Amino acid sequence: MSGVRVLVGTKKGAFILTADGKRKNWQVSGPFFAGWEIYHVKGSAVDPNRLYASQSSGWFGQLIQRSDDGGATWTPVGNKFAYDGVPGTHQWYDGTAHPWEFKRVWHLEPGLADVDTVYAGVEDAALFKSSDGGTTWEELSGLRGHGSGPHWQPGAGGMCLHTIILDPSNKERMYIAISAAGTFRTDDAGKTWKPINKGLVSGTMPDPTAEVGHCVHHVAMHKARPDVLFMQKHWDIMRSDNAGDNWREVSGNLPTDFGFVIDIHAHEPETLYVVPIKSDSEHFVPDGKLRVYRSRSGGNEWEALTSGLPQKDCYVNVYRDAMAVDSLDECGIYFGTSGGQVYASADAGDSWMPIVRDLPSVLSVEVQTLA
Amino acid sequence: MSGLQEKDEGLIRVVIPQHLRTLAGVTGEVMLQVGAPVTMRKVLDALEERFPMLRGTIREYGTGQRRAFLRFFACEEDWSHESVDKVLPAVVAEGKEPLLIIGAIAGG
Repeated sequence: MSGVRVLVGTKKGAFILTADGKRKNWQVSGPFFAGWEIYHVKGSAVDPNRLYASQSSGWFGQLIQRSDDGGATWTPVGNKFAYDGVPGTHQWYDGTAHPWEFKRVWHLEPGLADVDTVYAGVEDAALFKSSDGGTTWEELSGLRGHGSGPHWQPGAGGMCLHTIILDPSNKERMYIAISAAGTFRTDDAGKTWKPINKGLVSGTMPDPTAEVGHCVHHVAMHKARPDVLFMQKHWDIMRSDNAGDNWREVSGNLPTDFGFVIDIHAHEPETLYVVPIKSDSEHFVPDGKLRVYRSRSGGNEWEALTSGLPQKDCYVNVYRDAMAVDSLDECGIYFGTSGGQVYASADAGDSWMPIVRDLPSVLSVEVQTLA
Repeated sequence: MSGLQEKDEGLIRVVIPQHLRTLAGVTGEVMLQVGAPVTMRKVLDALEERFPMLRGTIREYGTGQRRAFLRFFACEEDWSHESVDKVLPAVVAEGKEPLLIIGAIAGG
């Protein structure tokens, strides 16, 4: 019988939430790695029992954990993330040069064809690859070596490489996003990279349309239409129909176009989901109401989805990696909040229910659809 | 170097933070064979050799620097800022007193 496994990273451990295809009755297991920050947990598309988790702490640094049994047991693997060559400098918040320093892994992206291949997006921003199941890591330094590297600057959360998207139709093509450098694409499996930020306008930058420097929060792609990308920028929802070469704004009628998450319906490439957030300093949902907004037209026209979500006295955030969709016939949508709730919709967002309400602050949510 | 074949070896007692005990799969003190003269560097080398999953968690890769939120104590004295090649007190080398690796009481 089909089912789903929801992988949740929180500020104090990881949790695994499982249900059958009806997605009504849930089992919660965890915490795994109790007390540690789990920025991301993700499963392999090649073998769903292979999971990778990013485990870190201010005391003990970075660890990578691997499971080969769907999360029942875990093994620490390699945690040596050494920049290639002399790391050099990027810009600090005040514009001065600051040495590149490894801090943590924000995102782990398993390869699409090989269970032992996995990519890691790290802070300070760089992309690493492992070809041996996370035992050893090598930087794809062509990205950081792009000529713009010394001009990259951290966002409020640090200078993190938080988004990695592998093109299922072209094994040479990959997208990454960095806060606050922007979005980059490789067409040669990571050797060389180009910034793809044309059309982005960031009014707080000295040059609002600069090639790099944009605070991209998250990017999503539908696997059936890999040249179409959707982006939640610091401000603005953006769309590209040509693999990132050009972008146009599709924020439309959203109450605010600030936010972190963005995702796409598993079977409808023009159906998008975002969670607008009040900014610049509050970073909680507007008006005390937790609302997911859905567009069925690829942006611009948005409807609020509220059934089952708190509509008063709610002041949570939804972080950039904390939304995911399953691929069951009736697409399921999942997201976690800074208040520790994980919500699920088994009807593409029309109605919601909390799977759990009282986890530690949720940093990431991924879903595996199990046969 | 560590190993039973060394003539002047001692049995060192090391207390590591709870999270690292969980990571290493141990309870209580860790007992290590370390050849004389016993220094912090040799103890950490032996600890990481026996428990490879602890690499990078106490001292940084590359620089070998102690992680900022950890401290080293021996005989009620703070050894955090001493040279890692300074010889530890004899009572630690003889296993009469433990070497303490302590995490800062900080954070949320």
